[in-house]
Amino acid sequence: MSSWRSRSRQSNSSRISEEQINDLVSKLQMILPETRIRNNDRVSSARVLQETCNYIKSLHREVDDLSERLAELLETTDMTSSQAAIIRSLLM
Amino acid sequence: MNRKNPLPNSNPNSPNSSMQALHFLQALARIARAAPKPAHSARTRQIRHAAYASMAHSSRSSRRTWSRALLHRLRQWQQQRPGRLLTVRRRVRIVTPITSRPEEPARAETLRQLVPGGRGMEYCNLLEETADYVQCLRAQVQLMQTLLDAFSS
Repeated sequence: MSSWRSRSRQSNSSRISEEQINDLVSKLQMILPETRIRNNDRVSSARVLQETCNYIKSLHREVDDLSERLAELLETTDMTSSQAAIIRSLLM
Repeated sequence: MNRKNPLPNSNPNSPNSSMQALHFLQALARIARAAPKPAHSARTRQIRHAAYASMAHSSRSSRRTWSRALLHRLRQWQQQRPGRLLTVRRRVRIVTPITSRPEEPARAETLRQLVPGGRGMEYCNLLEETADYVQCLRAQVQLMQTLLDAFSS
């Protein structure tokens, strides 16, 4: 209704979105692995952001490392013969 | 790092990660079949490219800003000379500099650099996109590790 809409616009909109932001930050905290503060309730949002940055950087490094190792593997393995078995096991 | 921890929201049997896995496997098979055989560094680069492309193409992420930004970045990489793929980054800045957002935590700037497309986002969206990006990235890492383990045994 129009009255509700005008009321919500007059209210402090930054307080509403601050709660929203806290929800998003705690959701981010839940995504971090156990070793990185996931279970700690008293962590500041700045800390969550910091750990998230560290986590993303380490995941990027892992992608680089795994790409390198997969490249080595491709040189030595006949991929096509085992491909069907791998796909089946991954999709089940 | 211990990769065997069971993690929430990372169901390996969900349709999203199946699409991601399939896409990556197809790309991997193409790379493996390439003739003449590319050099090790070129192959590494192609696999890395395929990893990020699979992330961007998975059904959950195709609606996301980060996946569109990532695909754009990947296309730019492909169009450059092979020797310069990983060193040159051209970024066209179409938004105002981040110094105009003092109400954000300091770490938000680093996050914006890490998440594809992060620079143009509102802080609220950045947090959402980051959560999605991290889950996709982690699924890709798990997928690659699973493949390595499967092929090495």
